[in-house]
Amino acid sequence: MKKVYANATEALDGLLHDGMLVAAGGFGLCGIPELLLQAIKEAGTQNLTFASNNAGVDDFGIGILLQTKQVKKMISSYVGENAEFMRQYLSEELELEFNPQGTLAERMRAGGAGIPGFYTKTGVGTVIAEGKEHKDFNGETYILEEGIFADLAIVKAWKADETGNLVFRKTARNFNAPAATCGKICVVEVEEIVPTGSLDPDSIHLPGIYVHRIIQGDHEKRIEQRTTRKREEA
Amino acid sequence: MAWDRNQMAARAAQELQDGWYVNLGIGIPTLVSNYIPEGIEVTLQSENGMLGMGPFPIEGEEDADLINAGKQTITELPQTAYFDSAQSFAMIRGGKIAMAILGAMEVAENGDLANWMIPGKLVKGMGGAMDLVAGVGRVVVVMDHANKHGQSKVLKECTLPLTGQKVVDRIITNYGVLDVVEGGLKIVEVADGVTEDELRAATEATIVN
Repeated sequence: MKKVYANATEALDGLLHDGMLVAAGGFGLCGIPELLLQAIKEAGTQNLTFASNNAGVDDFGIGILLQTKQVKKMISSYVGENAEFMRQYLSEELELEFNPQGTLAERMRAGGAGIPGFYTKTGVGTVIAEGKEHKDFNGETYILEEGIFADLAIVKAWKADETGNLVFRKTARNFNAPAATCGKICVVEVEEIVPTGSLDPDSIHLPGIYVHRIIQGDHEKRIEQRTTRKREEA
Repeated sequence: MAWDRNQMAARAAQELQDGWYVNLGIGIPTLVSNYIPEGIEVTLQSENGMLGMGPFPIEGEEDADLINAGKQTITELPQTAYFDSAQSFAMIRGGKIAMAILGAMEVAENGDLANWMIPGKLVKGMGGAMDLVAGVGRVVVVMDHANKHGQSKVLKECTLPLTGQKVVDRIITNYGVLDVVEGGLKIVEVADGVTEDELRAATEATIVN
């Protein structure tokens, strides 16, 4: 079975439909599936729900789909960098479900592992716990959170082999691994597709069983906060 | 003269113990890494998936794939390890991180913490703060004692939506250091140039000592 596709548009062919739930990797602008997001924009799919830690910035990442009003709802932990997001949210054009960051990551991991729910202390006594089942274990209170089962996962990795084994790079791994696992179908964009057999099997971060389609492309990899020190301080 | 931001960070750094894995929040807590005491080795966690966070890169050596939880470019250290977000919060939730040092909008005398949302005003999100305060061994808050209107941020009860309930162990402000104990807060230390009476007067919360 061939997993390698020519480009993002072809890799998403037949997978997109209005109203679908998409799990996306990335933290801030680091490790986001920028090519697949652009292809979803061009496809014009409507009423999307995104499970994604952040919502990009106005002109990059998921932000480009907010500008075209393709997003109905975000499931995120932090959306502070996006003025258009704020505008749509405050004018009630966009739904927002805040999830604590670790809860969001675990909801994706759980969904990918076939676990429909789990108990966590995170959010107990806060608005996050409202309407959720509470249960005590060993004298401590926990709330029930549900696994995410996405229609589609879109992720970015550094390298893939032709069978979909993935290697991520530095902190660009972030939500990409859990997001990849929770999609019925997972499409991955990488900087380099290498021949099968050239990755060290002991050093694969995500096995190809989770990966259905792969593309290689050029990435902008925009930096959100460029912080440096002078050479003489080093 | 109370403590300034750097003095607060330096005081917070005295909380660190050798061998600890620690998470530093955004703002003043980030400055704590500049004041880690001699002979103390701590490993800084960045909740976006890294242990062993290094300093900002030298100009020209920024790497888009290497950022901290504040989305700033950083560097790695010899002991650095990377992992995904689920594992990052597994170690937080699992109690492996000894301490988090966080900023706050309000802290209450029972240890309630509010630092993520002002209703109707600011929609940014809690990020990893709720997971951190629920999971780490010890929570230290570093913040200004009063808000910009001069009102105490150290309260009997929080007015803003909570980040966590009864989660704060110690509060370090420009006025001094307070511990959350049975019945209220206990003064541990008064900042240079501040009197104990001034600290009491500036604090809405019940002080038990």
